Amino acid sequence: MLIKLTGGKVYDPASGVAGVIQDVYFQDGRIIDKPSDQPIDKEYDCRGKVIMSGAIDMHTHIGGGKGNIARTMLPEDHRQDPVPRTSITRSGNGHAMPSTYVTGYRYAEMGYTAGFEPAVLPINARQAHMEMGDIPILDKGGYVMLGSDDYFLRLLTAKKDQKAINDYVAWTIHSAKAIGVKVVNPGGINAFKFNQRKLDLDEQNSHYGVTPREILQVLATAVKELGISHPLHVHGCNLGVPGNMQTTLDTIQGIGGLPMHLTHIQFHSYGTEGDLKFSSGAAQIAEAVNKNKNITIDVGQILFGQTVTASGDNMRQHANHKYASPNKWVCMDIECDAGCGVVPFKYKDQNFVNALQWAIGLETFLLVDDPWRIFLTTDHPNGAPFTSYPHLIRLLMDRSFRNEVLETIHPQAQLMTTLGSITREYTLDEIAIMTRAGAAKLIGLKDRGGLSAGYFADITVYTDNVNREAMFTKPDYVFKDGELVVVDGKVVHTKWGTTHVVRPDFDPSVEKDLKSYFDRYLTMKLGNFKISDDEITEDGRGSLTVHPTAGCAV
Amino acid sequence: MTVITEVPSPFCGVGTDDLTVQVDGIAIKVTANGCVVNTPAFEQAIGDTNSRIAGKTVSFQEAVIKAAALLAETKQPVIGGCATDVNGMRALLSLADCTGAVVDNMGFNAARNNLLTLQDSGWMNTTLAEVKNRCDLLLVLGTDIETVVPRFFEQYLWNEAMFLENISQRQVIYLGKAPSGNAATSPDGQKAQVLACDDSALPDVVGVLRALVKGQPIRAEKAGGIAVADLQSIADKLKAAKYGVVTWGAGALGVGTHAELIVQTVSEMIKDINDKGARCSGLPLAGKDGDLTANQACGWTTGYPARVSFARGYPEYDPFLYDTNLMLANGEADALVWVNAFNAKAVPPESELPTIVIGRSGMILNKEPDVFIPVGTPGIDHAGHAYRTDNVVAIRLKKLRYSGLPSTAEVLTAIEVALKEVKHVD
Repeated sequence: MLIKLTGGKVYDPASGVAGVIQDVYFQDGRIIDKPSDQPIDKEYDCRGKVIMSGAIDMHTHIGGGKGNIARTMLPEDHRQDPVPRTSITRSGNGHAMPSTYVTGYRYAEMGYTAGFEPAVLPINARQAHMEMGDIPILDKGGYVMLGSDDYFLRLLTAKKDQKAINDYVAWTIHSAKAIGVKVVNPGGINAFKFNQRKLDLDEQNSHYGVTPREILQVLATAVKELGISHPLHVHGCNLGVPGNMQTTLDTIQGIGGLPMHLTHIQFHSYGTEGDLKFSSGAAQIAEAVNKNKNITIDVGQILFGQTVTASGDNMRQHANHKYASPNKWVCMDIECDAGCGVVPFKYKDQNFVNALQWAIGLETFLLVDDPWRIFLTTDHPNGAPFTSYPHLIRLLMDRSFRNEVLETIHPQAQLMTTLGSITREYTLDEIAIMTRAGAAKLIGLKDRGGLSAGYFADITVYTDNVNREAMFTKPDYVFKDGELVVVDGKVVHTKWGTTHVVRPDFDPSVEKDLKSYFDRYLTMKLGNFKISDDEITEDGRGSLTVHPTAGCAV
Repeated sequence: MTVITEVPSPFCGVGTDDLTVQVDGIAIKVTANGCVVNTPAFEQAIGDTNSRIAGKTVSFQEAVIKAAALLAETKQPVIGGCATDVNGMRALLSLADCTGAVVDNMGFNAARNNLLTLQDSGWMNTTLAEVKNRCDLLLVLGTDIETVVPRFFEQYLWNEAMFLENISQRQVIYLGKAPSGNAATSPDGQKAQVLACDDSALPDVVGVLRALVKGQPIRAEKAGGIAVADLQSIADKLKAAKYGVVTWGAGALGVGTHAELIVQTVSEMIKDINDKGARCSGLPLAGKDGDLTANQACGWTTGYPARVSFARGYPEYDPFLYDTNLMLANGEADALVWVNAFNAKAVPPESELPTIVIGRSGMILNKEPDVFIPVGTPGIDHAGHAYRTDNVVAIRLKKLRYSGLPSTAEVLTAIEVALKEVKHVD
């Protein structure tokens, strides 16, 4: 079926198109050039509308054990937001940590067509894929977590060479079916098991004698040498600690020019100035990001209201448990692999710290120059549920709206932020870069996030509206792989997306030592640990899409 | 005859995956690393492979159509048992969603002791590999571990550890029930310390133990028959341990007796220990007959663990109201669907209601149901996924033989398809 979108204003940063009125054609799930003589099967009048590719959330906690702990722990949150079944959609529940089906529907209803789980524990990867396998419409993928696993730290202590590390990293990516590598509080989750309660960038793990700085260097090198598109995805040391801005600046310097992605940087951009010893470090962080082209970031914006924080960083989550609201929380040590911490949070605009966190996130967005190196996230659900993205987009695109909200937050926080003086307003082209082309480029999705011929027809059509929140809340049409899935902000048809992975080369002899380690110390056999392709595909819904790594053919 | 190694078990709760089985046609024999729980569960012979309607052998399709026709007539079906693999639960939840059924895992009243704690105050827990490599002090609360997980000590305590030079130096303390055997005795002969008390005394005992951990003065000399001085020494050991672990079986602490308060007190005590500068974690033991699998899959599909009602068109959770037995007793249901692919002995509760049983082949029923469809067992007759006790690790179950038995997912999906046709015709 040949479909034509007629007369829309197209924003396709992947091919340098910024607000040009042009027609879009697609057939059999892919965008095509204007056909010469073929009849159009279906035409959509898009005059007065804005066309972008489907949005891609490059950091959202949508699959894995900590999310299910968060769901199970908060029945009162679900009861506020029941989602009834329809003839085409399944029932479920929403708000802070929605059920899987509702996650897929609500993302699609905002024009998103892909989401990536950033914290896949190797030992919990099966669960992450099973949950993501129950998220309809969206494409998905995951970054596998390394850096606090005992096998890796033993390699470092034994002074194994970079090749040994690379082989282990690549093997783990294969086993866990991932598209990237993440490190969370490098070595800190492990240190917490040895009862260390904090770990600075240059502080040694008490058992292994290894520092976070070394872990970051070794893992960032591995990711680069393996040719993985997505740079090492870093949740740094000292999350949430006043003064951690300096840790973040040191982390940027310490990586020595290697590609590195710093995630939810808002939580890592705090100074210690002022009466309350808590201040914004956004300007310094933004300056460092602007200067260091090897660095990409996503913000992890907080927005006011009830949510739940779910993180692999049980060291920091434990330290923050006293802020749990409601007062219940979970911390876990997990399988000599990593850990997790789940702490419900209510961000309040009349709380000085929360209000300043809000401002710090927005300052970061507005002070970083290059939209190709910054991504729009709330670290769902940690800063706010993903359903708040349209509101966040309005805050970025509409200065008067932003300043109106600023005037309502805690008065001392207003005095401690430069936000009111920042005149920048994001353009639609910049939003399209952050949420589409830039995200696809960062992750290495070779044919997603663009609208030129050959790309998959993941397309969102909005009605242009000066109220950007209204505009981005309710797209007119969303197409996934060429199929119309959303009309007027409501799901009209569902399908299943694919799971994106990479498969970097590794020396198969890596399994020799690993097998012995599994047999001696772990509670699962190596052969049972590795996830097979059919685990993703056997139900007839899932599929795998392998993306190229540099120097490795697909 | 084939020999299959590294076979994972869905039966013992800890996801043991070092079994060796010998498969001869449809006969299975566990030849290495079996135990009193796993070996009989794997070796159980296939019984019936034919479906029945009111006791009469019918084709699979006839049984499916009859089941769909029964469900089409119902206003409030209950799907009980819910003992199957992840794909089975996916199909079960889908069928429940389209019939407005109540979904209730048969182990829920036991699991509720843990779930209410999680939902009220949370906890700090750990997993099996952490226990194996780090645990230097194990406090066993009110549970005779070796009867439920026979190889627990062999696999996780008296076994090589990354961070302990001498595994025999691990301390094991039983509080409440005494162990029935010697599995907890260390390789060099050190017996577990046992402070026995009646189950009914456990709330007092753990209450005092938590108070002692917090440094509160206790005037009584005994709690639940145990000397407070002995409890003080446990509190001191917990605070002195490098990596203390407290374990319990939720069901062993009592079902329907508000044992969640014991779990909560212990979980809060563990948090206190961590706040006082030592590391300590809980390890709830569960994972039998698919209980955690049901709760996990129901968790991501509905937001709630596996006691939910779809009657209003969306999932609602109530840990007490949607109890299969209560609904049957109170006349709140008008049909029963019983799903148990793991345990041929776990038969449905007695009921006069129209009953559909999707059961492990060989299930011997007290009363012939309206429809019986025998299914294969995940991990024997078909591949699948199941969760083990620590709730983090999903194991990949293998297909060991070709029995021709359908999976739970295949049966329930067929019923849903047939139901949609019935309703369409109506």
